[in-house]
Amino acid sequence: MRNSDKTTLDQIDRKIIEATQAGFPITAKPYHSIAQLLELEPDLVIERIGKLLEQGIIRRIGVVPNHYRLGYRSNGMTVWDVPDEKINELGKKVGGLDFVSHCYHRPRHLPDWPYNLFAMVHGRDQQTTDNYVSEIADILGDANRQHTVLYSTRILKKTGMRIGNTQ
Amino acid sequence: MNEVDRSIINHMQEGFPVCERPFAILAEQLNLEEKELMQRVQALLDDGTLSRFGPLYNIEMLGGVYCLVAMQIPEHDLEKVIETVNSYPEVAHNYERTHELNVWFVLAAETESQLEGLLTDIEKQTGYPTFAMPKLDEYFVRLKFDA
Repeated sequence: MRNSDKTTLDQIDRKIIEATQAGFPITAKPYHSIAQLLELEPDLVIERIGKLLEQGIIRRIGVVPNHYRLGYRSNGMTVWDVPDEKINELGKKVGGLDFVSHCYHRPRHLPDWPYNLFAMVHGRDQQTTDNYVSEIADILGDANRQHTVLYSTRILKKTGMRIGNTQ
Repeated sequence: MNEVDRSIINHMQEGFPVCERPFAILAEQLNLEEKELMQRVQALLDDGTLSRFGPLYNIEMLGGVYCLVAMQIPEHDLEKVIETVNSYPEVAHNYERTHELNVWFVLAAETESQLEGLLTDIEKQTGYPTFAMPKLDEYFVRLKFDA
């Protein structure tokens, strides 16, 4: 919910984003295909997409595998109660582990919810995921006052976030 | 999935070139023909091994506010509450999880005040409190998986 890193986009950027947020066309010249669709110059599309990547508005470009299909069946949301004054240092350590896909600082809701550090871990089986959780616990050491792991048992809705949805 | 597909998935999760013939460049690195690479990526998308191909946007930099929300719903009311929560177009995804806080969804709104309004409305419509868990800091987003 922090708005500090908002970036100004012009109409051309917005058109490119809306046309590509569901994906790129698989053609030999995909940027030309996008340009044709939007009635823009191909060089301009290449330049703008390069800039969006540089600015971090595009995190990366590539294929996104369905991790269940790759055999990652044990996906846990691990949550940890660590001292606030240490969370940035600890969050970076946990986020740097190669089995952690997302790592965030979120607020506690005492007394129901004491956890402030969230890390998603992905294993091919339960044992692997359990080992990952132990590894994080080792890294946090005494800073870990309590923790738990939440597994998703059902996808109730999955529409993805798109610009245009909320406008 | 064969070895070629595996190497494509491992090689193509980031760094898709931004130039005239990106598939040609990648095909050379993977020792494939451009056309074969394109066909394989298409086939992996078609059979669901890949969920998408293209840019992954940092949606928070595009405007709007996003918030993870949790709720604690007893079994007897669960399906009714899920239906109510899912009926909001602002609810992007929603998971049932193994905890007393058992319903977890992401709300997307235009402004902070709209988000607050949505939370209040969801509480009124469902009769249960919401626990807003906005991202205060992000340490890492990887989303890369070995095939």
